[in-house]
Formats: sequence, structure tokens, C-alpha cells
Amino acid sequence: MKHLYKIISVLIIFYTLVWGLLNPVPRLDILNETIRNVYYHVPIWFAMLFMMSISLIYSIKALSTNKLTDDFKGYNAAVVGFFFSIPGLLTGSVWAKFTWTTWWTFQDPKLNGVAISILIYLAYFILRFSIIDELKRARISAVYNVFAFVMMNVFIMILPRLTDSLHPGNGGNPAFAKYDLDSNMRMVFYPAVIGWLLFSFWLFQIKNRISFLNNKLDD
Amino acid sequence: MIRNILGFLLIFCSIALNAQENQGPNMADTFRNDGKIYVVISVISIIFFSIVLFLIYLERKIKRLEDKLKDH
Repeated sequence: MKHLYKIISVLIIFYTLVWGLLNPVPRLDILNETIRNVYYHVPIWFAMLFMMSISLIYSIKALSTNKLTDDFKGYNAAVVGFFFSIPGLLTGSVWAKFTWTTWWTFQDPKLNGVAISILIYLAYFILRFSIIDELKRARISAVYNVFAFVMMNVFIMILPRLTDSLHPGNGGNPAFAKYDLDSNMRMVFYPAVIGWLLFSFWLFQIKNRISFLNNKLDD
Repeated sequence: MIRNILGFLLIFCSIALNAQENQGPNMADTFRNDGKIYVVISVISIIFFSIVLFLIYLERKIKRLEDKLKDH
């Protein structure tokens, strides 16, 4: 039974891979068929946000319980989230090349915000590696992680909504719902989000088990 | 004669209608009609399932290590 969510996630993602390419989508200029990227590019970012939220929860937990296992779980979730941000960036870049005609644009606050957030989390990893004492590392990095999560939300959720952005649903742009309202797309997009969240959780569990093994071997 | 002219008109109308339909944004309609999209889907599926199989292999390996440590 503990493997159930993994099976569900694989089946759901498989469904979105197949039906995501076959189902009818709204016919829009410039976007054309690339609108299907919504099924793949966006859920990956949601998985990243989900993992960073888990990381935040475990960091706060580690501060209150002082347990090293919570500290490691928080770190592992951040690693998995970081892992999801890379394909998120790359797929977004490819999509932008063919619709916004450029790989990267500094006009879009969301792109810059994501770049800054990635640097913030890189700093989190460097901070962890630079402290040898385990308890000290757990406390300092947990405090920094809370800061990192807040900054990431400011940069990718709040600031892009205050100024003009090319991303739908931000700035003066029409909301996400404009593309998403199509009921055919919803049938794939919502399952895709659930599937990728479960998939990221699976990766998180694997990472946890490896670090538990590591800790046991060190004892 | 009239029947012939009517028939021609109908064919003409249908062609005109078709032309109008095709004026919308470009979509990969022929691509999908040809059925070749299934090739892409199978390639994507093979890649995805090989990743999943690798994850399962990794999990089993971790499980074996966990059991080994328990015995000690």
C-alpha cells in the first residue's frame, strides 16, 4: 500500500503524456501547439514550489524539535525542489524562444525572480556545506531556509504580479484561466499537477532513505 | 442542367468553407491526422518508463542496504 501513490503518480503522468499530445486545444495565434507546454512546464514548477514548502515545514520543525532527521528532510526537500527548477528553467527558455522570440528576457520579472531564487537556494546549500558542526548547521540553515522561502515567494509570486510580465496571470496580462478555462485542457492540466507533485514526493522519499543510510553508516 | 449547376455550386461552397476553416492559427492538424503523433508519444513513454524503472531499481537497492544495516 505504501507504493500506491507512486503507482498513481506514474499512471497519471503517463496519461498526461499521451492525452496531452492528442486532446484538442484552443487555437491561438503565436502559441499554436506550444500551448500544450502548459501540461508539462507548469506542473514542474508546482512540484518545485511543493518541495520548497515541505523544506520550509521541516526546517521549522527542526528548529522546534532540534532533531537532525528533520534537518535532513528539510535539506532533501530543497535538493529535490532545486532539481525540479532546472528543467523548469530550460523548458521555459525553449518555450520563450518560439513564442517570445528569445531564450531569456530581462523584461519579465518572473524570469529574473526565478534566477534570483535559484541563487538564494544555492547559497543555502553552500551555507550548509560550510558548517561542520551538525547541530549548528541544522539551526543556522533552518533559519536561512525560512528566509529563502519567503524571498522566493516575493520574487516569483508577488513582484511579477505588481509589474508587467509576459507570463499569463501576472501584471497586466490575462489570467492563467484564459488558457486554462478550456475544459479539455483542464482534463489534462489538473491531473498533471497532481501527478508531478506525487512524483516529486517519491524522489523526496528516495533521497530521505539514502541520507538515513548515510547517517546510520556514520554512527 | 440546373442540377449540374447546383452540384457545382455546392462543391464550390464546400471548398470555400474548407478554405475558411484553414485560415485559423496553424495547428499540427495534418501531423495528427497522419497518425505519426503516436510515434512521438511512444518515444516519450519509453523514456518516461525507463526513468521510472530506474527509480524502482534504485529503491530496491536502497531497501537491500536498509535490510543489511538492520541485521548488523
